[in-house]
Parts: sequence; structure tokens; C-alpha cells
Amino acid sequence: MSTEAAAAPAPAAGPKGAAILETRAARKEFGGLVACSDIDFVVPERSIVSLIGPNGAGKTTFFNMLTGAYKPTAGEILFAGRDVGGLPPHRITKLGVGRTFQNIRLFQTMTSVENVLVGMHCRLKGGLVRSILRTPGIRREEREALVRARELLRYCGLSERVDDEYSMNLSYGDQRRLEVARALGSEPTLLLLDEPTAGMNPQESADFTRFVSQLRDERGLTILLIEHDMKVVMGVSERITVLDHGEKIAEGSPAEIQANDRVIEAYLGSGAAGSAGAANGATT
Amino acid sequence: MIDKLPIPRWARRAIIPIIIVPLVVLYPEYYTQLGTSQLIPTLSTAVTMTVFVCMAVGLNMVVGYAGLLDLGYVAFYAIGSYVAGWFASTQFASHSIVFGAVGVQSNAIGIHISIWLLLPVAAAMAAAAGVVIGLPTLRLRGDYLALVTLGFGEIIPQVVRNGDNMFGTGFNLTNGVAGITPIDPMGFRYLHGILPFLPDNFLLTPNLDVWFYRVGLLLVAITVFCSIRLRDSRLGRAWVALREDEIAAAAMGVPLMQVKTWAYASGAFFGGAAGCFYGVYQGGAIPDNFKLYISTLLLAMVILGGMGNVWGVCLGAAVLSYLNQQGLGAIGNTINSNFGTNIEITKYEAGLFGLLIVLMMLFRPQGLIPSARRKAEFDVIKEEHEVAGVVVG
Repeated sequence: MSTEAAAAPAPAAGPKGAAILETRAARKEFGGLVACSDIDFVVPERSIVSLIGPNGAGKTTFFNMLTGAYKPTAGEILFAGRDVGGLPPHRITKLGVGRTFQNIRLFQTMTSVENVLVGMHCRLKGGLVRSILRTPGIRREEREALVRARELLRYCGLSERVDDEYSMNLSYGDQRRLEVARALGSEPTLLLLDEPTAGMNPQESADFTRFVSQLRDERGLTILLIEHDMKVVMGVSERITVLDHGEKIAEGSPAEIQANDRVIEAYLGSGAAGSAGAANGATT
Repeated sequence: MIDKLPIPRWARRAIIPIIIVPLVVLYPEYYTQLGTSQLIPTLSTAVTMTVFVCMAVGLNMVVGYAGLLDLGYVAFYAIGSYVAGWFASTQFASHSIVFGAVGVQSNAIGIHISIWLLLPVAAAMAAAAGVVIGLPTLRLRGDYLALVTLGFGEIIPQVVRNGDNMFGTGFNLTNGVAGITPIDPMGFRYLHGILPFLPDNFLLTPNLDVWFYRVGLLLVAITVFCSIRLRDSRLGRAWVALREDEIAAAAMGVPLMQVKTWAYASGAFFGGAAGCFYGVYQGGAIPDNFKLYISTLLLAMVILGGMGNVWGVCLGAAVLSYLNQQGLGAIGNTINSNFGTNIEITKYEAGLFGLLIVLMMLFRPQGLIPSARRKAEFDVIKEEHEVAGVVVG
């Protein structure tokens, strides 16, 4: 019941080796509004880390800085030891950061397979002239890409029926899965999932939680997720970072976070910390 | 109806091309037998139609595939025509370069390069211009982008109109309002020796339009081929992704700037080639031909035919360019002679095309032959409207 876990500086290495992603005093301001305030944050390689916090805490802004959608106002974002802050999104994707979106952003009038193929864009080489001539190299590349796209769809639990279906016609759960498949198309080493279980029923959430662990165990991915469903967060993450009002207020293992006064206060309001036992019951 | 006949899928798909392609290719052979009605497209109209089909298919790559509105496509047409004007006429009279040109003396003044070489050169120069227009507009979206392209489409014609005294140096680049005329003819100067049925000079054949029509069809075939190949390529997928959701596309590793630039460049490429060919056919590059009206007409062709669908755009371009070139006048004359009226229907041309677009938007917004993607999009819109109780045609 202390704030030591939060106050401790970001550890240099997590449970599984070196940091694949590290932010140093990453800051984002919109005009006078500080959306992310000097966040130090470390994601160890091959770990599953969650980012939680009340609505408007700056989680998605932080994600957008990591993926290049926003340029940080100040601070450093190191991916695999390289400062990627302010690089355009496609460069960061090519370096190995894949993502999904909070509100699904599939290419609606493209089929499932085409969506994954777009995800593979940066790993394919086909240029303009060779595509027009359709050289043997291009044919092979496209054929192999198609096979791999189908494999990824199967891997993410989508049936063959949806391969040539426009993504807008897919069920909600399938669209979520397709977003992951599309992100995997770019062969990421770090996968960012922005509220992946939003709108899922408990059964689907549980399945998805298993799938996230599987991604790490089978594919060696590092996974960072924003999540509101505490069952998912506590079940899957090795480390949790809590943001509130753009600041990191706590960091630690699921057990530490559940017992952290500042976290409880952020979620339930001041004065609630005293009845932390009840809050724990609610969040686990 | 056709679905119920026991025809295999490939055959059904082949039926339409098998009927249409010979009809189009052999048009010069049989069109005189169609009667003397002035509604029958003349060969000259047919040549114009091929030019506009090329340009519309090129514009479709920008607008239909990548979803970037371009209101200045006429600029690429102008650039193509002026490339023909510069390098196949007496415009630069201080030089005397003749290379493979037809119908000029070997010591003629001016630059005279073979038109066959100028077609790719014109296309490449238009593509370069496409990149130039693309670069400043890359950060713009929607209306802002349309405005910049509109400006570009106005700048080029103004430059050519006033380019007879560049920057007051007396350098005559474009010959001002008079334009550059005449442009050298086309012909198979070298192949004529090997294959005598290929004419040495189109202008010296009994019906020169026949050969221009054939070359025009060749350009259409190349344009359509490239357009389809690009559509089905990695780049084509990136264009659709870009049109659907720029942010998601960038996050998936699509380099937005590069992909947009390629869209402008490849669209412009075919506009340039078509412009060069049309300049040669008309025998001159005249500033008055390059008006905003052409840009909007081309856009109307793409919308009428079905944005994103090559075949639809071909149809839209053929129909509108026919009406523009000959059809409206012929319809007017037919009405006048049958009903004793005196209406100059061509005067209302722009209004009629505007009306056509409004009607299309009301009753068939997806175009005559929509692409599967567009159709799916419009089906959803229609469903939503039906749910909301709005009646859609």
C-alpha cells in the first residue's frame, strides 16, 4: 500500500532481457494542453506490458507518439536502441512496430487478404515499372505474399470464408482479428494493441487474452497494450504502467498495481484509497 | 438472364470483349455502311474519343484509385502537346536537328524528332510535372488539394499563352496565343521499307484518320493495360488503402508521400502521351484548347463511367467525348430538321453536361459501370439511408 513502486525510476531491464522500447521524458503538448508529461517508460523484449489509466489519461496520445502519428514535443523514444521520435509512421513500421487502432480502422472496401497485403507493403519490393511488366520476380513475390497473408489470417483465427470478403462485411470480432493479422503483415517485433477487446463479450475477451500470450510465446513478439478490461490486463500483463492526466503515476506487476493507492485514487477518486480492499475486489 | 444460360464463367467473361474489341478495332472498315446519319461518329470523332479515353483512364488512376481529386488534368494534356510542338516543328528555328521525323527535309530548320520517340518523352515530362504538382499538395487533403490542382491547371495554360517572351528576355518558348503550328506528321518512316502496307506518312494516305485511329487505339490499349496492372499491384493496393484511410495506411507502412507522388506521376504520364498524340493529330499546340472545361469534362467522364473501374471510365470517356465532339451538334441538327425548330444545342453544352452529372449523382452515383469496391461503398450508403427513411434512387 505504498507508492514506492511508482516512485522508483524506470528499471533498465525487465524480466526478459533488454529494453526493446524505451521513452525518456517523452512529452506531447497540444497548444497549452499537456497530453503526455515527461513519461519514462520501458518495455523489455518479449514481454507483455499494459498501459492503463482513466479516459483522457493520454494513453492513445502516447501510442501515437510511439508509432509516429504524433511528433513528441520533447524527449526521446528509443526503439531497439534507436531514436525514432518524430520519424514518419511508415518508417517506424518498417523498423518493426505494428499497431491496431482503438476504433477499428480497416480498409473497408478491401478484402481481408488485401488488408493483410497492405500490411505487408513495407516488406514487399514490387515497384511501378516491374509491376506493370509483371516480371517473374514480381509474380513470385505476389504469390508468396498471398500465401503468407492467408497463413496470417488462419493464425489469427479467421476462416477461409472471409478471405475474399470486404472487411466491412466481417463480424466485429473478426474485424478485430483482421486488424491484428494486418499488423502482423508488417512483421513487427513490437506490437501495439489499442483497446483490442473493446466491445468483446467475456468469452471473446478470454480467447483474445490467450491469443496475445500465444503471439508472444510462438512469434517472440513484444506486446504493449492499452486496455480497459481489468480482467484482461491482470490476466495477461507482466508489467503495467498507469497514466493519469498525462503523467505516469505507477508502474509494476499486476499485484503491485492493484495495491497501489494512487492508482485506486485515479480510478475511484480521492478517499477511495481507504477502502482499497473493495476496489481490489472490483478490479480483479 | 445471361446467368441462367449454361455458359462457363470464363466464356461469359469473354463474351463482351470478344464482341466489343472487333467492333472497335474494325470501325473504320464498316462505319460508312452504317448510313449517312450525322449521328454516326466520324473517324475524326473516333480519334478524339481515343485521346479522351486515354486521358480519362489516366485521371482515373489519380481520382479513382488513389482518391486524390485533380481539377487540373488539362495541364498534362497541354504539356504533352507542347512537347510535340517543341520537338517536331520549326518553333526553335535557330536549331536544325532532324531525327527520324516524317515529311521534313534533312536540313529543315527547327527541331524535328520522330513522333514515336516524342510520345514517351511527352509522357515522361508530364509525369515529371505530375511530381511537381504532387509535392506541394502532399500535405493537403480534400478541398484544399482540389484547389491547388485547379490552380496548377490554370497556371500551365497561362504560361503557354504568354510564353512568347519568357521573363522579358525575348525567348519565345510557346509562341503565345497563336500556338505552335504546324507539328510534323506521323508515319512509319523506317518500318515502311520492311512492311510496305504501313504508310510512310499518315498525311499522304487516302484517309489519314484511319491510321490516327489505329495509333489512338494502340495508346488506349497500352494505357488500359498499364492501368489494370497497376491496380492489381502492390502500389495499386497502397492507393486504395490511402483512399480508404490515410492514417491507417501510414501506420501499416505505406509511405504516403511516395505513393501519392507515384499516383500523380502515373496519371500524368498517360495524359502527356495522349496530349502529344492529339497535338500531332490536330497539327498544332493551341493555347485555346487547354481550358478548365477539359479538366472538368475529364472528371465528368470518370464519374459518369464509374470511378475506379477502367472499363466504366472508358465507356464514360467515349460517350462524353462523342457528345462533346459531334453528338450534341448532330442531335441538335436532327431535332431541328425533324421538328422545324432552330435550337443551337451546342450552345447549351456545358449546361447539358452539368445536368447529366446532377442526374447521375441523383440516380446512379456509383457511375455506369462501377468498380466492385465503389458498389459496395454505395450499397452501404444506400442501406443507411433506407434505415434512416431517406429514399434513394
